[in-house]
Amino acid sequence: MNLLHISWANIKEKKLNSFLSGLLLTFGIGMISLLLLLDRQLDAQFKRNIKGIDMVVGAKGSPLQLILSSIYQIDAPTGNIPLAEVNKLKMNPMVKTIIPLSMGDNHKGFRIVGTTAQYVTHFEAKLAQGALFSTTLETTLGSKVAEATGLKIGDTFASAHGLDEAGEAHADVLYKVTGIFEANGSVIDQLILTDLSSVWAMHEHEESHEASEAESHEPHTEGEEPHAHEAEDEKEVTSALIKFRSPMGLVALPRQINANTSMQAALPSIEINRLFSLLGVGIDTLRALALVIILIAGVSVFVSLYNSLKERKYEMALMLSMGATRTRLFGMLLLEGLMLALLGYAAGLMLSRVGLWLFSRAAEQDFHYSLADFGLLSGELYLLAAALLVGVMAAALPSLGVYRLNLSRTLAED
Amino acid sequence: MIVCKNLTFSYSPTKKFSFPDIQCNDREALLILGQSGTGKTTLLHLLGLLLTPESGELLLNGQSLRSLSATEAAGVRRARQIGIIYQRAHFVRSLSVLDNILLANFLADQKQDKARAILLAEQLGIGEHLAKKPHQLSQGEQQRVSIARALMNNPALILADEPTASLDDVNCQKVVELLKQQSLSIGASLVVVTHDRRLTDAFPKQVRL
Repeated sequence: MNLLHISWANIKEKKLNSFLSGLLLTFGIGMISLLLLLDRQLDAQFKRNIKGIDMVVGAKGSPLQLILSSIYQIDAPTGNIPLAEVNKLKMNPMVKTIIPLSMGDNHKGFRIVGTTAQYVTHFEAKLAQGALFSTTLETTLGSKVAEATGLKIGDTFASAHGLDEAGEAHADVLYKVTGIFEANGSVIDQLILTDLSSVWAMHEHEESHEASEAESHEPHTEGEEPHAHEAEDEKEVTSALIKFRSPMGLVALPRQINANTSMQAALPSIEINRLFSLLGVGIDTLRALALVIILIAGVSVFVSLYNSLKERKYEMALMLSMGATRTRLFGMLLLEGLMLALLGYAAGLMLSRVGLWLFSRAAEQDFHYSLADFGLLSGELYLLAAALLVGVMAAALPSLGVYRLNLSRTLAED
Repeated sequence: MIVCKNLTFSYSPTKKFSFPDIQCNDREALLILGQSGTGKTTLLHLLGLLLTPESGELLLNGQSLRSLSATEAAGVRRARQIGIIYQRAHFVRSLSVLDNILLANFLADQKQDKARAILLAEQLGIGEHLAKKPHQLSQGEQQRVSIARALMNNPALILADEPTASLDDVNCQKVVELLKQQSLSIGASLVVVTHDRRLTDAFPKQVRL
């Protein structure tokens, strides 16, 4: 027997009280821990994909939408821009690299993105097998796409119009798989990459097909002559990712583009900060709520110990008469608070992992993003300190009564 | 052997107690009889060093107990030399009977002698209750557990405050017999404070307050 044994027995003796205190702590700690986890993972996901992209140009509209659709592939594109305008930017001395993107089709919910080999280089994606697309209608699959669709090298598949599965299928022209990327945690994992020309080919074919039926589904091609696409300067892309030679570009180029061209320029860093500050309000509210829950847990430990100490006054006097020092008894009571805090902390961390797992599953289904990093965070060590502090404080306040206990009188009563 | 001379104690200037001289040798049993309000419990607490006397002398085995007063540091030494049995058996509610008995060893910083705890429990007839919680036991059984607890450190003095007050006649006789028998076997002085007239026959040596 030791103090730990006695404290633990006391916790078990008051099952409901201990359960309530532990439950409150669990929820408070769990919420904060989940927020920390989400914060880190979202941050990491967003930062990883933003790396090396200084500016995005696309059709006019919401800059945040442009960033979300072009970098993260989670929102609809703002529209199309002429390839000629994009090529003009290439001449600009401040621009180092420019990666055109063209999207609008999908296969089983995975976006098909027409681009150049530079896009692959930018995200440092490595081939797991096969080769990179080289000509029209050849594709290279992201790891998650390959896993989910089961497509292998040499397989062919039809694309569907739009960005979700329900789109109308382009059944008569088929893509061919030439390679599969290794998983690298970037947006490429969830994309089907193909050559720019594939997207043009796909829609030219469709347009000519539709034009023969004297009808067009696509607003952006309305009024155009079907064969006009063959002219290089009439070709369109959805957006382009741009890297500057120097930070100077950041100052001059966006304003210039927004003022003088039909395109808009959006800066990822600014837009993502804006997005996070919008989310931040919600996160701050949740965090405050979690802190309140932890405080209530502390109060619950306090009330529970306070009540039980009134009942256990005789027990304390008895132990004092049997040779226990007051400090030892005080330590025993502190241990009860500490153990509850530790239990709540451990359960809270587990709860947050379960929460993250559920959240990750939902995010994967909706956006093909996974957030499955369950490791311990440094912030959670502070959380441990906070939980222990709450436990000790809540236990210490009522337990100080041990020092005021009148041994003889308490034993003589009753 | 415990000896006390001219013990006095006062809770307030108007409520003063002075006690008769008492002597109880090793292996001897002493009954202190008195009605309520005559300071029985006060005397027991003085003998058990839970209270400090105002004046007078207190000797345990020839050694003055002034040094073993109710102060913190002395608590452990006191607990090793004096075993106390209270009027109503009280226990640490959350611990099993066995752990409650072992608690005497633990709190007095002695080695926890589980074999002795089991042996004592067997002798006192509560061997089959060791795994239960104390409050699951009957009053008589509980009182026997507190006897076992008081004996764990082989004290030189065993004090009992109304040990039979809440017991029926059969249990009363049993508990008294066990008390006498056990304190005899460890060579301790036994002092019982009571107003229970049923005990007068069992103790030849008596003091009235």
